[in-house]
Amino acid sequence: MHAMPFSVQAAVKEVQDISFLTARAFVGAFRRPYYIRDIFVQMESIGVGSAPVVMLTGFFTGAVLTLQSANTLTRFGASGQTGYAVSVSLVRELGPVIGSLMVAGRAGSGMASELGSMLVTEQVNAMRALGTDPIKKLVVPRVVATTIMMPLLTIAADTVGLLGGLAVSTLMLRISSNQYLSSALDGLEYIDIFGGLLKPLVFGAIIALVGCHCGLRTYGGTQGVGRSTTQAVVNASVLILFFDFLLSRIILRYT
Amino acid sequence: MTAAVLELKDVVKEYGDRRILDGVSFAVRRGETKIIIGASGSGKSTILKLVMGLEKPDEGQIFVEGEEITQLKEHDMVHVRQRMGMVFQESALFDSLTVRENVAYRLYEVGTKEDEIEQRVRKGLGFVGLEDAIDKMPSELSGGMKRRVALARALIDEPPIMLYDEPTAGLDPITSRKINELIIALRDINNVTGVFVTHRMRDAFTLASQYAQNGSGNVTFRREGPDLCIANTRFLLLRDGKIIFEGPDELLRRSEDPYIKRFLA
Repeated sequence: MHAMPFSVQAAVKEVQDISFLTARAFVGAFRRPYYIRDIFVQMESIGVGSAPVVMLTGFFTGAVLTLQSANTLTRFGASGQTGYAVSVSLVRELGPVIGSLMVAGRAGSGMASELGSMLVTEQVNAMRALGTDPIKKLVVPRVVATTIMMPLLTIAADTVGLLGGLAVSTLMLRISSNQYLSSALDGLEYIDIFGGLLKPLVFGAIIALVGCHCGLRTYGGTQGVGRSTTQAVVNASVLILFFDFLLSRIILRYT
Repeated sequence: MTAAVLELKDVVKEYGDRRILDGVSFAVRRGETKIIIGASGSGKSTILKLVMGLEKPDEGQIFVEGEEITQLKEHDMVHVRQRMGMVFQESALFDSLTVRENVAYRLYEVGTKEDEIEQRVRKGLGFVGLEDAIDKMPSELSGGMKRRVALARALIDEPPIMLYDEPTAGLDPITSRKINELIIALRDINNVTGVFVTHRMRDAFTLASQYAQNGSGNVTFRREGPDLCIANTRFLLLRDGKIIFEGPDELLRRSEDPYIKRFLA
């Protein structure tokens, strides 16, 4: 039983287990004791730690988006709308999704491997034996921290992405910075910004819940830790894209 | 006759289709130490995990100090676990925390004051002879030191019940001896009820034949003789998930059962 073959049954079980963990984490978050310090430690490690890589990907996403949009829009004689195309795609879709995928790869995998290692070395059992509920001590701080930090990281990614677009449009495409910025900012509506922040909130919770879930069901020693880490990234990424579709569908109804 | 502190009734535990424990029943009285011996995979460690509530039995009942814990939820197990300490096979120290934070873990959980924590951690580490290691990380410690820190961590809140999961496995004879003496002192001087899981007969017989005395402040260890026989330590031999022997070391040594003879040889 080395590789788990994909089956509908396994997928349903997975969703069920994650739902249980979500419910337990939710209840645990409102029950004493609260591990406030652990939340801040996680916020720093997930948020501050992921900021450089998220901003870097944001920059290049904005830059390449500008190149491609300008190229297409010029054919219709609408290169002046480049800023609009870039800001809407970035804030609605690419900022939240690409940022979350990066955090899933960086922080979600880290959670799975850390919790997985703690599980196989019996540290999780030791924690329980000492009277701590691992859901409260390990899962809740990670979920809360990622859910808070992901929208903030997305704002950073969006901002740097727009600046990347600005750099490309002024330096390479000879669109004036004024024109780029005014069309970029005019195009955005409140619902775009709301949706663009709601998505990373949900994605952040997904990353942490999947990461913790995969870590805490690790079996089979250190080899199992590697397997859990991979699964955490793959499952979180798939769920992020699925929920992105779902949320986009809902948000667009109100646009 | 004092009431049982720990009691298992017809406990069955299965992993997949493998039956690890097959109707195990026994009781541990206050101040008594039960030594569970058996081959690897005979379900010794599983008994400790069930008593701690880390796993749930498939059948049967488990009582801790008279309270049935068989179906208690994780949240309700907390107050039961406060009465018990456990030393894990591989120490299971939190590797992201220092020795001080590891030992103090329980005290932080219950919100003890900072200066009292410091004092009790030093006392606990003093008991296992590791006061100098207080600021070290677990990765800097040897296997024997880790085991002693784990013992100090489990003892910090002075639980009346201690569970030891092969605390001397893989250690040299001198360190093992030190750990055995700590456990004997806890049993004889602090009247701690214990369950000691091991497959090393040498350690098991040490525990069953030596006793600790607290004479004018320093603890001395003596061997039982013709006029003194230790009665607070009993053996329990597991084979394929069933108890095949229960009683004192003298009876175990005299047993005619071929499996037991082979086990002791």
